[in-house]
Amino acid sequence: MDIHEYQAKQLLRPYGLASPPGECAFTAEEAELAARRIGGSRWVVKAQILAGDRGLAGGVKMVASEPDVREAARAMLGSRLVTPQTGGEGEPVRRVYVEAVCQAASEHYLALGLDRTASRVTLVGSDAGGTAIESVAGRQPERISHVAVDPVDGVNAADARRLATDIGLGGEHAAEAERLMIGLYDAFVAYDASLIEINPLALTRDGALLALDAKMSIDDNALFRHRDIEDLREREHEGRLDRARHGFNYIALDGDVGCVVNGAGLAMATMDILKLHGGVPANFLDVPPAAGRDRITAACRLVLENPRVKVMLVNVVGGGITRCDVVAEALASACRAAGRPVPIVARFEGVNRELARKVLRDTGVRAVHAESFGDAAARAVRAVAGER
Amino acid sequence: MAILVDAGTRVIGQGITGRQGTFHAEQSIAYGTRFVACVTPGKGGSRHLYLPVYDRVADAVEATGADASVVYVPPERAADAMLEAIHAGVKLVVCVTEGIPVLDMVRVKRALEGTSTTLLGPNTPGIITPGACRIGIMPGLIHRRGRIGIVSRSSTLTYEAAAQCTATGLGQSTVVGIGADPVHGIGFVDCLKLFLADDETDGIILIGEIGGVEEEAAATFLGEARPSKPVVGYVAGTTAPAGRRMGHAGAIIAGGRGSAREKLDALRGAGVIVPDSPAEIARAMAQALRT
Repeated sequence: MDIHEYQAKQLLRPYGLASPPGECAFTAEEAELAARRIGGSRWVVKAQILAGDRGLAGGVKMVASEPDVREAARAMLGSRLVTPQTGGEGEPVRRVYVEAVCQAASEHYLALGLDRTASRVTLVGSDAGGTAIESVAGRQPERISHVAVDPVDGVNAADARRLATDIGLGGEHAAEAERLMIGLYDAFVAYDASLIEINPLALTRDGALLALDAKMSIDDNALFRHRDIEDLREREHEGRLDRARHGFNYIALDGDVGCVVNGAGLAMATMDILKLHGGVPANFLDVPPAAGRDRITAACRLVLENPRVKVMLVNVVGGGITRCDVVAEALASACRAAGRPVPIVARFEGVNRELARKVLRDTGVRAVHAESFGDAAARAVRAVAGER
Repeated sequence: MAILVDAGTRVIGQGITGRQGTFHAEQSIAYGTRFVACVTPGKGGSRHLYLPVYDRVADAVEATGADASVVYVPPERAADAMLEAIHAGVKLVVCVTEGIPVLDMVRVKRALEGTSTTLLGPNTPGIITPGACRIGIMPGLIHRRGRIGIVSRSSTLTYEAAAQCTATGLGQSTVVGIGADPVHGIGFVDCLKLFLADDETDGIILIGEIGGVEEEAAATFLGEARPSKPVVGYVAGTTAPAGRRMGHAGAIIAGGRGSAREKLDALRGAGVIVPDSPAEIARAMAQALRT
């Protein structure tokens, strides 16, 4: 679960992360009032979306008067921001963060994330703060430094000092940087974070470290022990995240072959093979193993109710607690409910494969049964073209 | 003896007194797996599936001499169950549980250091040596004893590959699901080493998917090892749409995006046979074995 910049800054403040004074606003008028309360003469208005690279897409605006704060907020609120990290549809802007402008003497990069290879939480930093950090990592890897953290010992002070020096915060700033690194690691563990990214981390002229931006994500699997974090979930945003809405992983795509597959790997492989045969998937759908009949029916209906779907490709390998006949029953009730005949190509393998075919026959669902994975994809593509 | 498990493997079930655990343990027992005890805290002294139930893994190991354990404990307590099995010296721990917090797994991985325990999973369909031993949730009927080793990050795509090997008559020596979670036990490289050293395995199928860089690590290993056994690889997700990203740290820490293309290129470069279609995995292996 991702949280907004302003929420991350609030959560991390008690762990030693300082940031310029700021307020969140939901309307242009609120933004103007926020600027007045913050004071000063220059502000930055930032679209609060759950993706990065906002500055490259007009989601970060510097302004020098209260009316300009209002106008900047008005332009952002209600728009969709398309950044290199949002995907093509972009993200709707429903709130902005108004913050005092800080004069940075230098900008740095500091993040914590999971190093899957080392199976450790890793601190990563650079003296090159800003959105170009990935190209810095590609072209000048020597400017990126890592410290893997032993979960038993926590952040080792010597490692933190070394990292501080590497990222241009050595000498008189090292102690402050070290405290921040240890604090952020503690926050990472306390909140079961999967990402904390401070970019840029500004060093001010008077030697303070300030977070100009903060990104934070929490491990979905750990939310059971962080109910307070779950309360931050933006309901309207999660509406787009279909997994939360339906209880299964469904992603709408732009093709005409509706896919019902169990297991994420097999679902991806089904899309791959479909494209190989010249078809285009209308969706990605992973029917989870523990789903009951009603949930699978809901999943099939979601696929059938997409008006673009011309053919439905069912690829189910029964195993674990997924039985082919249960999927077939769910498919049959979805077909009855959808009330629109969509040709079905079904491939059942594994547990209760034969029973699934019988279920479809007995319930009057006309399906072309494929013998293999490749056969199923080829038949689905032919069915789209109108050849049966 | 195939790898990791055989007909002599003695298994205890942690959390198999629940509904799903019972279902899968029954299937494993029916398949011929030697279950010797259950461990469910608070139920020690009772019996389940005709097996003695113990409160602690250490007691079950001492009483039965078990060398493997399967964990069906819910995600909130699964890490503790794994730690208990590791501390009790169980040689092979298979954790089927899905949805375990990542930082719990970081602790479990740390606890594995310096021990002789091999962890499979979590979020794994398990392991099967056809006709001898099934631990986990794999459908037994699609497997046939044969001479192809399969190692995979996926679950149902593993079944697909196994079913293809059965259909083409190749069969399987052992099928290993290493688990789909970012932090997990034994990985591709160590499984490849076991299969390369196994005289009942003539060829190896490796099934990966997008994310992480473990397929790249496997490619590096194979490129250096230059094995005499053919390796067929497939990575799911070539056509997966790019998702929304949050920040840059993921890419910087991994040192790569983990795309299917990058992985497939790395595997091809290491001499791995990569069929165009996931439906051609077993056929590609059969062809490689003939030449």
